[in-house]
Amino acid sequence: MKPFGYERPVDLAAAVTLLAERPDARVLAGGTNLVDLMRLGVERPGLLIDVNRLGMDGIEPMAGGGIRIGAGVRNSDLAGDIGVRTAFPLLAEAVLAGASGQLRNMASVGGNLLQRTRCLYFADTSKPCNKREPGSGCSALAGSSRELAVLGASESCIATFPGDMAVALSALGARVEFQTERGEHVVDIDDFYRDPGDHPELDTTLPPGAIITAVHVPGLPVSARSTYRKARDRRSFAFGLVTVAAALEVDDGIVQGVRLALGGVAHRPWRARRAEAELVGRPVAVAAIERAIDAELSEARPTPENAFKVPLVRRLVTGTLLRLAAEDGR
Amino acid sequence: MSPSEVRPNSAPSSSIALSVNGRERALEVDNRASLLDTLRERLDLTGTKKGCDHGQCGACTVLVAGRRVNSCLTLAVAVEGDEIVTVEGLSDGDRLHPVQQAFLERDGFQCGYCTPGQICSTVGLLAEAKKGWPSHATADVSHVCGPEGVTLDENEVRERLSGNLCRCGAYANMVPAVLDAQAAERR
Repeated sequence: MKPFGYERPVDLAAAVTLLAERPDARVLAGGTNLVDLMRLGVERPGLLIDVNRLGMDGIEPMAGGGIRIGAGVRNSDLAGDIGVRTAFPLLAEAVLAGASGQLRNMASVGGNLLQRTRCLYFADTSKPCNKREPGSGCSALAGSSRELAVLGASESCIATFPGDMAVALSALGARVEFQTERGEHVVDIDDFYRDPGDHPELDTTLPPGAIITAVHVPGLPVSARSTYRKARDRRSFAFGLVTVAAALEVDDGIVQGVRLALGGVAHRPWRARRAEAELVGRPVAVAAIERAIDAELSEARPTPENAFKVPLVRRLVTGTLLRLAAEDGR
Repeated sequence: MSPSEVRPNSAPSSSIALSVNGRERALEVDNRASLLDTLRERLDLTGTKKGCDHGQCGACTVLVAGRRVNSCLTLAVAVEGDEIVTVEGLSDGDRLHPVQQAFLERDGFQCGYCTPGQICSTVGLLAEAKKGWPSHATADVSHVCGPEGVTLDENEVRERLSGNLCRCGAYANMVPAVLDAQAAERR
């Protein structure tokens, strides 16, 4: 690992100033992804700016039943919070579906949003990877792509965003709050993540020098009946192959409101807006759900290795929505 | 030297004080040093083991401020001032910690390499259960439990301990050891 400096700024303003002065710096929160990538030689910062003691660790109510989750809140504290568990069960379930108990105790909410792809080639510095080394090529296109994207990928990158929490936040229409030298900014999570296009080195639209300070989750009646399901190669402590975050409001068998986001299928948490639009006003039945999810998947471009994800999405979404509807009827 | 040339934050090492098993230790550490390497190489606390060094196996699990973490992904410089407890710090003199005792009585190991991590992880997970934290194995995350917290069962233990691998496959005896330890804690 390359030697680096270490600084623990006294407050957020000092951290932002220091980050602006040092483009070679990286922000250290839980470190579960960053420290590992530094050990692999993927990340080579000259300075770490430790933001762990800046007090960004509260979960506060917001107007309209929403919550503001500090960027420094640990994943385990978020999933353990009784307010989150009751008002936004899909969020608690998504966090609990990820990583291990130890990692969730370390990992922060802000860092979780920024975790990097687990594409094998991104982590292997001996192989070309446009995300790690722009212009070097994509090894996955003709290589191992079983875990990789089926939606929204490009000729330069088929990596997937690996997280769970952000998929739930995408379904909830959360907003990401961050600080730069110019002040505070808030952006919709849809605009925070991006498709790879010709710049797969950029996972998000977060500007250089920005530090994530919080996530805003709006209060939505539909969130109360919600869940997160994850299909993976083993039952625990594995990244998702396909995941779904869903919230459903049904009246007399007819969908009144629905939120749907997919994980493991794209460069970003994939908010399934087409499927949502198709579902509203329709009965909760297999045929209607499959028609909706097929509309969402109409532009899927799987590789031979990950073609299984397309029917897996269809089955996982259908099963999840039917289960939510059955709970709603109780 | 002009102020812009003063760059103390570029120093590759830091003078820190680590509190390990109740003892304060002053050290000059390379900023790159993990807590795991610092415990083993600098403080001779070799009970904590290095397995994968990537946060995937759990052999390096220790308690920081009462919470279980992977010491391989923790930078020593970043836990300055936090209370760190390793497997060496669990017993009360010659009296084993209830989790250690339960692993011994249930024969919850074979080669023993993952055992310190399993034991520290169990201490951490029992505290999490006591706080009422649900897991992926919990049927209803919105359920609020009583003051004793979550009563563990086999499924809960397997899920909550999934961050600790045992290549000998001694899980079958670890699960009852963890259940015993929770029962002992509640007596």
